[in-house]
Amino acid sequence: MAIPKEKLLQAYRMMKTIREFEERVNAEIMNGQIAGFTHLYTGQEANAVGVCEHLTDADTIISTHRGHGHCIAKGADVIGMMKELFGSSAGLCKGKGGSMHVADVDKGILGANGIVAGGPPISVGSALAAKIRGDNHVAVSFSGDGSVNQGTCFEAMNMAVVLNVPAIFVIENNYYSEHTSINYAVGCDDLKARTEAFGFPVFVADGSDFFAVYEAAGKAIEHARAGNGPAGVFAEQGRYHGHFVGDPQSYRGEGELDELREKYDPLKNFRAKMAETGEVSGEELDAVDAEVLALIDQAVEEAKAAPRPTAEEVTQDVYINYA
Amino acid sequence: MPEKTMRDAINEALHQAMTEDDSVFVIGEDVAGCQGAEGETGSVGGVFGVTGGIYNKWPDRCIDTPISESAIVGAAAGAALVGMRPVAEIMFADFIGVCMDQIINQMGKFRYMFGGKSKCPAVIRFASGGGFSAAGQHSQAMYQVMTSFPGLKVVIPSNAYDAKGLMLTAIQDDDPVLFFEPKVLYQETAEVPDEMYTIPFGEANFVREGDDVTVVAFGQMVPKAAAAIDALADEGISCDLIDPRTSSPLDTGAILESVEATGRLVVVDEAPPRCGLTADIAGLAADKAFKSLKGPIKQVCAPHSPTPFAPELEAAYIPDAGKITAAIKETLA
Ligand SMILES: Cc1ncc(C[n+]2csc(CCOP(=O)(O)OP(=O)(O)O)c2C)c(N)n1
Ligand SMILES: [Mg+2]
Repeated sequence: MAIPKEKLLQAYRMMKTIREFEERVNAEIMNGQIAGFTHLYTGQEANAVGVCEHLTDADTIISTHRGHGHCIAKGADVIGMMKELFGSSAGLCKGKGGSMHVADVDKGILGANGIVAGGPPISVGSALAAKIRGDNHVAVSFSGDGSVNQGTCFEAMNMAVVLNVPAIFVIENNYYSEHTSINYAVGCDDLKARTEAFGFPVFVADGSDFFAVYEAAGKAIEHARAGNGPAGVFAEQGRYHGHFVGDPQSYRGEGELDELREKYDPLKNFRAKMAETGEVSGEELDAVDAEVLALIDQAVEEAKAAPRPTAEEVTQDVYINYA
Repeated sequence: MPEKTMRDAINEALHQAMTEDDSVFVIGEDVAGCQGAEGETGSVGGVFGVTGGIYNKWPDRCIDTPISESAIVGAAAGAALVGMRPVAEIMFADFIGVCMDQIINQMGKFRYMFGGKSKCPAVIRFASGGGFSAAGQHSQAMYQVMTSFPGLKVVIPSNAYDAKGLMLTAIQDDDPVLFFEPKVLYQETAEVPDEMYTIPFGEANFVREGDDVTVVAFGQMVPKAAAAIDALADEGISCDLIDPRTSSPLDTGAILESVEATGRLVVVDEAPPRCGLTADIAGLAADKAFKSLKGPIKQVCAPHSPTPFAPELEAAYIPDAGKITAAIKETLA
């Protein structure tokens, strides 16, 4: 499956954007510029991008508390997102939602989500709408290795099969849910098999490898678009930061993080692959890096200068019109 | 007497109850922590640190769970129904949305529906309320909603001393108890005795005593109301400040007695106004103490909106001392 050069550059640009966005957010939290609870996606970039590169604005995604990467990959305005995290009234959600609630429904981003496994049932609704309307849109929900143990996730998976709707369940195994290992929290030995037991195919990928995720997601999405009902993607890849910014990460083994960053870096792996195939040159990727860094600098600069919300905005947008 | 944080006071209550009674156990997400991981199991002790050190002493009675709030509450309810005294942790009160059925239709109604022939001595703990810019799904008080369900007892400590005594009462109580810990108060300290003590449910605490206005406040609003009242002393205004400590049962006697004496009432809570505790208590006073009232009852609470994220918006959302002061003055105008 040859990927056109433009697409390769775009995929790299998205992964790099997520990486730099997250690293800057981390720094700005340390600077005291960003309030609230923030969960970073650094290290898992290939998952979001490998999936979302198959989607159009008419397809939907629903994300998790660790939502920045998914939203960026699905085309959210990065500057608007940064403003949102800074709590500006010019943010993507007018400063009402912050990190855990970044959304842009017009772009098919049905929101990050602060409730673990709040998303999958909603995604089934989006898939059902596609089925009723008879278009070939798909609805993707992202779930972590912890999220899949929630009843809402089971219900959504079963109902998607019963209704035969184009729902894609992307399971991101980063080995931990907060401070608990998947080895403990998922009772069976084989999460892929457990998921498939609901009655849909699950495609497995190395989550540090964009090409692997892209291929697995491609199969799942093709399956769903063709009217065959739901499908799953199961990608394994650790996160580089703590569960939230400030997490002491006492659960990690010695050298675990170094190994992750060393061997399982989606960006490094992408570059290595390009060096091997020669499809994109190192200079071209360097140019993307520079472009992305400038964008993130601009985002932070604009976010710092962006208007602050005022008290009367508290009660706005509770309803469309509550006369 | 030693100073302790609310976090440590609750933790101490749990340790003491577990030492005394083998039927007490804790259950929830990361109450031990690091299960299945390379790090040291038990080194987390709850994401807010309230269950610290329990796993190390009682590994069999400190039970980490998958992220499955319905099953956590259900397991606590079931274990309690057959004679255990579980203390379950639901990390954020907002997650009641996930396990509502197990709380309200199951554990809260067993005794009544079973003709008084069962007990369900479970405690469910929640970190509750705003103050962290945690936005719409991690900031709700929720206790006002749960107060409306008969069969559940609802506790809202406002300081470390009360938190310990109320937790020990909650564990001994034979009914299901929902224990809401205002998370902005975890780090606040008070003098807390080392020994075990209990504080009865349904017995309000008079935090301040005065003549002009009765102020009733819950949870994190209690210290804010105290600050407002203390500042008014200069202007010659004195108030009763009543902290009911439990919203179910509610010490209606203390509230009415005070209102009858002062003739003025301000009720303060951090939750939105509709069907909340401020309306509940305002209604109680209007119904039972109308003839004593010398001015309008004032409710100070959040507006009818979800909790916003931006710090400025949240500051405007959660009542502060200024709003409480203004309300007190309005009742006197
Ligand atoms: C209903 C609910 N329960 C608990 C939490 C607290 N919480 C937030 S993220 C998280 C762990 C999620 O783990 P996983 O699904 O593996 O996603 P990851 O954080 O690893 O991306 C928990 C327990 C929550 N937000 N919502
Ligand atoms: Mg995880």
